Amino acid sequence: MKRAIVTIAATIAGIVLLLGFKTHPMPETTSTGPVAASSPTAGASQQPSSGATAAVPPATATPATGAPATGTSTLTGTTVETQYGPVQVQVTVTGTKITDVTAIQVPSGNGRDQQINSYAIPQLTQEVLTAQSAHVDMVSGGTYTSEGYLTSLQSALDKIGIK
Amino acid sequence: MGTVFSFDISAPGVSAHALQGVVDWLHRMDAMFSTYRPDSEISRLDRGSLQLGECSPEVHEVLELCEQASRDSGGYFTARLPGGLDPSGMVKGWAVERASTMLQAAGSTAHAVNGGGDIQLLGKPQDGRPWTIGIADPFRRTALATTVAGTDMAVATSSTAERGQHIIDPTSGLPATALASITVTGRNLTTVDAYATAALAMGDKAKSWISGLSGVEAFAITATGERWQTPNFPTAGNPGN
Repeated sequence: MKRAIVTIAATIAGIVLLLGFKTHPMPETTSTGPVAASSPTAGASQQPSSGATAAVPPATATPATGAPATGTSTLTGTTVETQYGPVQVQVTVTGTKITDVTAIQVPSGNGRDQQINSYAIPQLTQEVLTAQSAHVDMVSGGTYTSEGYLTSLQSALDKIGIK
Repeated sequence: MGTVFSFDISAPGVSAHALQGVVDWLHRMDAMFSTYRPDSEISRLDRGSLQLGECSPEVHEVLELCEQASRDSGGYFTARLPGGLDPSGMVKGWAVERASTMLQAAGSTAHAVNGGGDIQLLGKPQDGRPWTIGIADPFRRTALATTVAGTDMAVATSSTAERGQHIIDPTSGLPATALASITVTGRNLTTVDAYATAALAMGDKAKSWISGLSGVEAFAITATGERWQTPNFPTAGNPGN
């Protein structure tokens, strides 16, 4: 299970890279290199959720390219209803980087759910990792059943202005 | 739309306010077109609690675009699915292209907008090279099938791997299975995305159909792993990895 968390965390690091509003001039954000993608620290340190949802401001238009904050906070995304059931994720953010993500609510109980949990999300992960390692700007194709996962993730990121 | 949009704005001077306006608009479109929301205009229109004449201009526009795509593709693109009215195959590409146009109107000369893997590009990244877009490999999630490069370009991929075999061949009523994935490129994502959906439904007939279209190219991987592409498909290099 630990391994799965690492995979997801790495995925989210990649997704955030893709989601980041790369306004300029902000040199560090123009890079599409393999930022935290292969970071073995992902998932290694579960941060306490002391800085959770209530402590962060609502979504703003602030690009994710502002001066990096140094604090760590844990944000809980909204529960997203999907055709397969509710999905909710929790994101740990250090500065402007995602350092951990856990799915705290996923559909469970049938084969289809197992597919989502064990198959779709890691696949999405891998694709994003590949995108970074191949130094491409974006990837076409590959929207999987993890859309609810991503939507919940986005709602968590919205709370800190990372889009 | 139930998908994630991402923006890579390499042009300077685009305000966060303008970007927020685009994001807000996308949320409004999601609320308007979602087939998962019973209160969306599309859901209400489909069950008859809302008349077409009462719908927003955007709904009229998208439904007309659906009709156009259906004509262009000989009926392989359709918003009238067995389960009811579902213009989702049009909405995403249309919304991404519109978001790109809104950013351009706000002063952006270079950006990439990605909605669930369908991408509208404008200009170039900051370092002056063309945008480089990886094409997901439908058989190997850890790899890219190929990479395309371009500037003012749209890229859309339809795949049987996404959300299962969800694209139905409207002529047979059965899932389209001949192609594992097809990527279509062109100038405008609204058209390109709809064509990618239609082409996947067409299967074996897609190559000759795309080849007969002006300004549109395609790259496909068949269910048996064979690959084909049209002559001017904008390949950037060798497959990733």
